Amino acid sequence: MTELADHVAAIGRPIKRKEDARLLTGKTQWTDNIQLPGALHMAILRSPMGHAKITKLDVSGALKYPGVEAAYSATELGDLNGSVPCVWPVTDDMVAPDFPALAKGEVRHMGDCVALVLAHTAAQAADALEGIVVEYATLPAVIDMEAAIADGSPLVHSDKGTNKCYTYHLQPQGDSAYAEAKAKADVVVKRRFINQRLIPAFMEPRAVVAAPMGTSGELTIWSATQVPHVLRVLLTLVTGVPENKLRVVAPDVGGGFGGKLQCYREEILCVALANKLGRPIKWTETRSEDMVATHHGRDQIQDIEIAATKDGKLLGLKVDLIANMGAYLQIITPGIPLLGMFMYPGIYKMDAYDFTCIGVFTNTTPTDAYRGAGRPESTYAIERIMDELANEIGMEPMELRKKNWIKHEEFPYTTVAGLTYDSGNYEAATEKALALFKYDELRKEQEKRRASGDKVQLGIGISTFTEMCGLAPSRTLGALKYVAGGWEHCTIRVLPTGKVELVTGTSPHGQGHETAWSQIASDTLGIPVDDIEVIHGDTRTSPYGMDTYGSRSLAVGGQAILRAGEKVVEKARLIAAHQLECSPADLEFDHGTFRVKGDPSKEKAIQAVAFEAFTAHDLPDGLEPTLQAESTVDPQDFSYPHGTHLCAMEVDTETGKSVMRSYVCVDDIGIQINPLIVEGQVHGGLAQGIAQALYEGAVYDSDGQLLTASFADYLVPGAPDLPSFTTDHTVTPSTTNPLGTKGVGEAGAIASTPAVINAIVDALRPFGVNDMPMPAHPMTVWRTLNAARQGGK
Amino acid sequence: MIPSTFDYVRPKSVDEAIAALTAGGEDSKVITGGQSMLPLLRLRMAAPSVLVDCARIDEMKGIKDNGDSVTIGAATTHLDVMSSDIVKSHVKLLADATATVADPQVRHRGTFGGALAHGDPAGDLPAVALALDATMEIAGPKGRRQVAAKDFFVDYFTTAVGPDEILVSITIPKLGKGWGTCYEKFNRTANGWAIVGVAAAVKVEGGKIAEARIGLTNCAAVPVRASSVESALTGVAVSATEIEAASQSAADGTRATTDLGADKEYREHLMRVLTARAVSCAAGA
Repeated sequence: MTELADHVAAIGRPIKRKEDARLLTGKTQWTDNIQLPGALHMAILRSPMGHAKITKLDVSGALKYPGVEAAYSATELGDLNGSVPCVWPVTDDMVAPDFPALAKGEVRHMGDCVALVLAHTAAQAADALEGIVVEYATLPAVIDMEAAIADGSPLVHSDKGTNKCYTYHLQPQGDSAYAEAKAKADVVVKRRFINQRLIPAFMEPRAVVAAPMGTSGELTIWSATQVPHVLRVLLTLVTGVPENKLRVVAPDVGGGFGGKLQCYREEILCVALANKLGRPIKWTETRSEDMVATHHGRDQIQDIEIAATKDGKLLGLKVDLIANMGAYLQIITPGIPLLGMFMYPGIYKMDAYDFTCIGVFTNTTPTDAYRGAGRPESTYAIERIMDELANEIGMEPMELRKKNWIKHEEFPYTTVAGLTYDSGNYEAATEKALALFKYDELRKEQEKRRASGDKVQLGIGISTFTEMCGLAPSRTLGALKYVAGGWEHCTIRVLPTGKVELVTGTSPHGQGHETAWSQIASDTLGIPVDDIEVIHGDTRTSPYGMDTYGSRSLAVGGQAILRAGEKVVEKARLIAAHQLECSPADLEFDHGTFRVKGDPSKEKAIQAVAFEAFTAHDLPDGLEPTLQAESTVDPQDFSYPHGTHLCAMEVDTETGKSVMRSYVCVDDIGIQINPLIVEGQVHGGLAQGIAQALYEGAVYDSDGQLLTASFADYLVPGAPDLPSFTTDHTVTPSTTNPLGTKGVGEAGAIASTPAVINAIVDALRPFGVNDMPMPAHPMTVWRTLNAARQGGK
Repeated sequence: MIPSTFDYVRPKSVDEAIAALTAGGEDSKVITGGQSMLPLLRLRMAAPSVLVDCARIDEMKGIKDNGDSVTIGAATTHLDVMSSDIVKSHVKLLADATATVADPQVRHRGTFGGALAHGDPAGDLPAVALALDATMEIAGPKGRRQVAAKDFFVDYFTTAVGPDEILVSITIPKLGKGWGTCYEKFNRTANGWAIVGVAAAVKVEGGKIAEARIGLTNCAAVPVRASSVESALTGVAVSATEIEAASQSAADGTRATTDLGADKEYREHLMRVLTARAVSCAAGA
């Protein structure tokens, strides 16, 4: 464990994570571990069809199975069949279909909930599903996004008369600016990129326990969620259980990546049934359910056009997206592409930007946030097209980037999309990355292999990315029609014995907040890291919070910790000054001890002050007992981490198999609280971003059958599939928060995908290859290479 | 992910196991390591009434050197097979191929016999057994019989082992002097099934290939021998170019399927490329 006897600064130290001992040894409580007396287990019958009318549905047969207490379809459930909420109506005329927890007469995607059984054990409930009689009449399914918005397409929601959910435009320079920029251009490069559908595939499947807590009238919900606070508000709105009677607990949660940022059908059903029946209801999803019923991510068609002069100066960018909503809208489904909207210009300066997104319904699992949420898509598009532009004008791809990126002395810089980037130093990160990567040596090797016609070609991929993190200034969210704020809360209590309770509104699910938050408070309070207990994920003990997603927890929540800590010290100072008989201004506070300036023998440790605040025997007149403070901080602005990622891929031109030879990244996330946690976040993010480039992709057939419905077909890479990453950093503090921190939760996932694909394309460029669909399945690489060799595209 | 209800018995001998299978009727199933059976149960793709667990039958475990051959108990785990000195010295191809099966957790529980009797066309070991002309000993109510590998694999997930029978052991002849072997496996992730696998054993005499035996994984409903390549290789000089040329007929006689791993055309292409690589590697070209 940590040793900070001399109490040097805790911030910046690579302390091992406090939470790991209990997580790694399993000595913790996951939702599925919760066993309550009298609980009923829920099992759900799901649609095997992509789109169908339910012509017959009889749940009574399930009641004959051993241990079964009840069975419901939408008919039996009646008013308790709540609808899944969407809190981001992105336009006034957005089409928002009803999304009932149990389907009402029609199923619209494989995995749609049809009926449910409650039994004494999970096994009994699973068996009894076989007793439900259901008949379907197939309806035409629509899976392809372009087909869905073509005339005469089958409709996902026939009552809406269209599959178009919304159309969103952003033209910060006016509607003719891009055309004017393009008119001045020597070169216009246009590409269509497919940002394929992904499945979050977190390690712990979703689970819910909803239990009435006897005479208190409280209903407690344990859920494997990232967002206990958001969930409580939404469950109240959906089920009508008053908010002050609803307690939501997120116990230790095994990963989320956005997939647990949701108010799911199963959560609504468990709460409604527990409330109705007055007994605990428990549900744990199977992996097979997870693949079809947990929301998916990405799935956008990106038509991107970039205009430039022949010497590589960027003039304008036009982006036309088609974004797959899936069959219904979930919590922020329609907003995901808009989180990317602002980031298509990346780190580059240009004169005009034009963005359009069409949201489309299809007979597929709904999409929503997945690690990066919009920004991986935008980063992929801009970093890919920069390589294509470089190729078109015969310029070294890094040189093209250098020519156009924002220089470090130009920050804060307002981009063509209208955001003001706080800080950055792309030059420094790039210089460091190039040296670590041995860029020039690899280019030489590449030349050799090209010259000798080596069967295995070498490619180098670049991604000089930035992202927008720290959701978010509440007013900005309001302007985007998002129905919530973006503040964060912290309460710090110094207990009578000098130990600290730090209550945060963030909700970690693997990130290591307990350690990092302790480090921030340790430096503020001068109290050792190990004396600080971080309390989170329970609306009863941490009533205020906006939870954890979008790399916001440190960038926003960190500010609340700092401010609450400062308030505690301010109060302690008044007590110490009173007892040391000096004015508060005459005290200096260092490493947890107040000393009288000029008379350092007169001192009082903050722990002693806490005890005085507890006894309250000798406090200044009018000062309230106890040593605690709270703070709720609305961020001033986003912050913008950046980095330079370089990837070397070896591509076997005979089989199409691509093997990663090396990966170097230099990330700048501002001030680092715990470099060890940062490194872990970068590694995990890289693995997921590389997975999109090489392995993962949800595939449906034309009837709406998910073909990649298990890990046998949906390939999540493991450690043997990835090289040893070289990670490093530069430090350019954020200017939008007093800690100078940015976010790192998504950086690796955002940056790495284009680096890998750029490398594969670079390897095969001499053969005429200028694009590579994702994932870069060896067969796809082989076929793309063959087509290029034959002169096609 | 929750299996249907089933009974479970753990016999101590092959005879007891056969009695249990017979008593259980059509719906009884043998289980050893469970690495294929348990997923089928959990996905409810199989719902046997009784599982007969043969993992602890002594006769079905262990590895024996018979002088000119090696006998491996069907319930011997992959880990035991790949780390056995006897196997490494005399049936190196099997040790090498076994080391590519799934991941360490699966190899600690999964068994050689189980992988063969399951008859999965994407399994690595059937092609190895075929290339090495293994013989399977099968026990049933009517006694024991020996079945050659070429007759053992009948169809997709179907082998010569009848519903009331058990695969007891596998005997593999030693290759002797001048032979080299190689298993080339093509997959997308390290623990994934083979999209195509090629098991090659090649005998080199005087700089020429005297004999070649090539088994193909996942190229038909059952493992197949690349017979026309084997013939074409005979007498060919050990050179990469010549081996490549001889390997062009690797897809002859195969029945490649199309799935998410590969379509027919690509799979056939892989057969040719990987056969050349496996043979070159086995011949030391």
